[in-house]
Amino acid sequence: MSCTVLIVDDSKLARMSVAKSLRSLHPDWTHLEAANADDALAQVRKHKVDLALLDFNMPGRDGLTLAAELKAIDPSLPLAVVSANHQEEIIRKAQEIGAVFLAKPLTEKVLAEYLSGAASRRNAAAKE
Amino acid sequence: MKDAAPILSELELDALTELVNLGVSRAALSLREMVGEQVLLSVPTLALVSSAQAIEILKEREDRDLVAVHQAFEGDIAGRAMLIFPMTKSLELVRAVTGGELPLEDIIELEQEALAETGNIILNSCLATIANLLRRNLKMSLPEILRGESGDFFALGPGSQADDIVMFLYIDFAVRERDIRGYIAMLMDMPSLTALKELLGDFIERTVGTPN
Repeated sequence: MSCTVLIVDDSKLARMSVAKSLRSLHPDWTHLEAANADDALAQVRKHKVDLALLDFNMPGRDGLTLAAELKAIDPSLPLAVVSANHQEEIIRKAQEIGAVFLAKPLTEKVLAEYLSGAASRRNAAAKE
Repeated sequence: MKDAAPILSELELDALTELVNLGVSRAALSLREMVGEQVLLSVPTLALVSSAQAIEILKEREDRDLVAVHQAFEGDIAGRAMLIFPMTKSLELVRAVTGGELPLEDIIELEQEALAETGNIILNSCLATIANLLRRNLKMSLPEILRGESGDFFALGPGSQADDIVMFLYIDFAVRERDIRGYIAMLMDMPSLTALKELLGDFIERTVGTPN
C-alpha cells in the first residue's frame, strides 16, 4: 500500500534528508513537509496522512506537544518523535502519547524498520 | 558594519543550526547523566553579527555576576565556546553533579574543579558531535573558569575589530527540578567561517546529495 508521510522539522536540511531516504526506500510513497506544529496541523486537516515523523526541538510547540495534538485528531495515526536528545523523560513522554522515539541523525536502516512497522499498524487500523 | 548575509546561504545556515542542535542535544544527555534530572533546552539562536553586536546581545541578557567555563577550539575551524550561568546557580550545579551529599564547605572547595569538569564534558560533547558530523578534528583547550559580566567574556582579543563579523550562537538550558539555568554560547571568527562554509557544503552533500 502506498502511504503519505508527513515530515515535520524546522530544519529544511533535516526534512530533505528524510525525504531522500523515503524516496530511496519507498519510491511510490508520497511525502508532505511542515516546518512547525501549526503547518503540520494544517497539512493533516488538508490531506490524508498515514504516518508522521516529528522533530522534537522546534520553535513554538515542540514535537511531543504536536504528537498529542495529532493523536487527538487521529488516534490511530502512527507517530515518531525524532531527536538527538534521547533523555529518558522525553522517550517516556513519547511512549505515553503513543509515539515511537527515534534517534537523530536518522539512519536509513532505522527509518526503514520504523516505516515497515508503522505502515502495517496503519493498515491494520484501517481494516478494523 | 560589514554585510554578513552573503557569507552563508540559507541552507548552510540551516545545516549549521541543525549541527548545533545535534551537538547541544548530546551535551544535554551528558548533563542529564551527571545531575540525574531532565535538562530542558531551547531552540538554538544563530546569527552572523559583528563582534560588538555579539557582546551587546550578551549584555541584553542577564549580565552581571556570571560564571563561565571557557574553552577555545581550533582546527579547520576555530573559535570559543562557553557554558555560562549566574554565579548564584554555580554551587547548585556543583551540588547536583557531586550527588548532593557533600557538606557546603566541601562543595565550595570543589567548586572550581567541578565547574571545569562539568563544562569540559558539556562543551566537548557538543563540539565533538559537530566535529564528527563535519568529519574534522577539533583540538580543544583546557577549560578555564571566568567570573564577571557577560560582555567581558567575549571581549575583543588583540588585533580584532568591533566590526569583524563573527558567528554567534546561544542556547538556553535549565534543570527545572534543581533551579539551575544558563546558556551555551559560541563565537567563531571570519577566516573560520570561510572554512566552515566549505565543510557545511560537504555535509549537506553527504546528507541530501547535491541540493537543487
